[in-house]
Amino acid sequence: MSAELSLRETYTEVGDAPSTYTNGQIEIRGLHKTYETKNKSFTALENIDLNIKENEFLTIIGPSGCGKSTLLRIVAGLDEATGGELTLDNEPIVGPGAERGMVFQGYTLFPWLTVRENIEYGPKLKGIPTLERRGISNRFLKIIRLESFAKSYPKELSGGMKQRVAIARALANQPKVLLMDEPFGALDAQTKLEMQEMLLDVWEREKTTVLFITHDIDEAIFLSQRIVVMGANPGRILKQFEVKLPEKRTANIREHRAFLELKHEIVGLLQH
Amino acid sequence: MAGNIRRKPHKIQIFKEIGTRAFSLTAIMSFVTLLGVWSLLSYTHAVNSTFLPAPHEVLIELFTLLGTGDYWHHIGISIFRVSSGFLLACLIGIPLGILAGTFKYGEAFIEPPMEFIRYMPAVAFIPLIMVWAGIGEWAKILLIFIGCFFQLVLMVADITRRVPHDLLHASFTLGAGRLKAIETVLIPAIRPQLMHTLRLILGWAWTYLVVAELVAVNSGLGYAIMKAQRFLNTDQIFVGIIVIGLLGLISDRIFAFLNRRWFPWA
Repeated sequence: MSAELSLRETYTEVGDAPSTYTNGQIEIRGLHKTYETKNKSFTALENIDLNIKENEFLTIIGPSGCGKSTLLRIVAGLDEATGGELTLDNEPIVGPGAERGMVFQGYTLFPWLTVRENIEYGPKLKGIPTLERRGISNRFLKIIRLESFAKSYPKELSGGMKQRVAIARALANQPKVLLMDEPFGALDAQTKLEMQEMLLDVWEREKTTVLFITHDIDEAIFLSQRIVVMGANPGRILKQFEVKLPEKRTANIREHRAFLELKHEIVGLLQH
Repeated sequence: MAGNIRRKPHKIQIFKEIGTRAFSLTAIMSFVTLLGVWSLLSYTHAVNSTFLPAPHEVLIELFTLLGTGDYWHHIGISIFRVSSGFLLACLIGIPLGILAGTFKYGEAFIEPPMEFIRYMPAVAFIPLIMVWAGIGEWAKILLIFIGCFFQLVLMVADITRRVPHDLLHASFTLGAGRLKAIETVLIPAIRPQLMHTLRLILGWAWTYLVVAELVAVNSGLGYAIMKAQRFLNTDQIFVGIIVIGLLGLISDRIFAFLNRRWFPWA
């Protein structure tokens, strides 16, 4: 494998992130989502206003039933809003598309494809030639440190590894926005921490807009530049916080005073 | 409760795995028991040998028959009929099933009539088939087709529907449209289950073959069995049944092997 790999590595150095990501700015105006059942209507989202800036890492946190996942799915185009406006770089969002990549909570790697083929799935759809695709997958295999698993099938991977590949698969497609729906929710505590650091690492390299959903306050503060707290019944935005922590996050930032204060404030907000 | 008495747990536990050795031994025991009961009944003359030939007689008859070109011709023509009817059912049934499983309109259009027809016994179609297709090869192939087709469509539709929706959604967010999603997600995803279903259906095809060959034919294993019955050659009936069983087993093993070979990821 070495000769073949080293040859390709000459143009697939980890550092040279492509500069083709453009914008990735999301605007949500007065968004509504109501579910009509026989004689009742249920408001999942009420009057949501939110702007997500270019290359921003924004996390939405809230109790279950606050509609945070629904909001994400609407942005992904997998669900339809019943009212309001939603644009990506001033273009209305209609249906799902490659410019909005998504990482799901459950494991959604294609089990019949190897790790490498999973990562190359999006580029292949775009018609990127084989050799170039190889370069892309090599680069991401390196970033997620799973080079030795390139030929493995998803069933041979641990939960954390699967989510790493899922992130790589989404990013290899060069989306303008990366949507993440509690991607680390099913992982054990230790793996979760490792994944968070890896995600920040990748985000710094790739510089794409990230919209992240979680119900884990520590995770939200550790990862984000901005946190949006949502409440339930009806699903709405309660408050927004800028996370004033150093750009470079390390594990011990969790003991930082600003971290603890923010955590305290969000806990208080969510207890209501 | 005396805490210091530790009893060994029972060997036979619900869902508990046993080793390959224990499994094979038990399986062999099962065949030995079957053969034992058969031997007991025949060698003690508890049952008249005209009705139940002894095991060794059947074995001798098996090798005698397999030594004749005639019998191989029967086997050949039977295999031809089964595979033709089965392949025809697959060729039409699999795409229809995928269509019915993928789109609700497809389901509404395709499934209700299938649900209706599948409860009609295939055997009841024999007179109709003879009117339509005469008593030639097509009649047999058509019966096997009818026996397999309707079930196949419904089963394929069901497998398709059970593909996790998140896999589809993932492909959408990676840029796949509807057709690409069918091509690159639905079809690859159903393959192992599909092979499993085909294995099952092929078993039914063999059953319908015998039914098809019981009426107005002069070749095939079903015919050989019928002819043996006419002359009260019970040993030949046994041989016919065993040969069909073996052919079914072989085709089943081939499917199982291909499944492991083609879909190591499942």
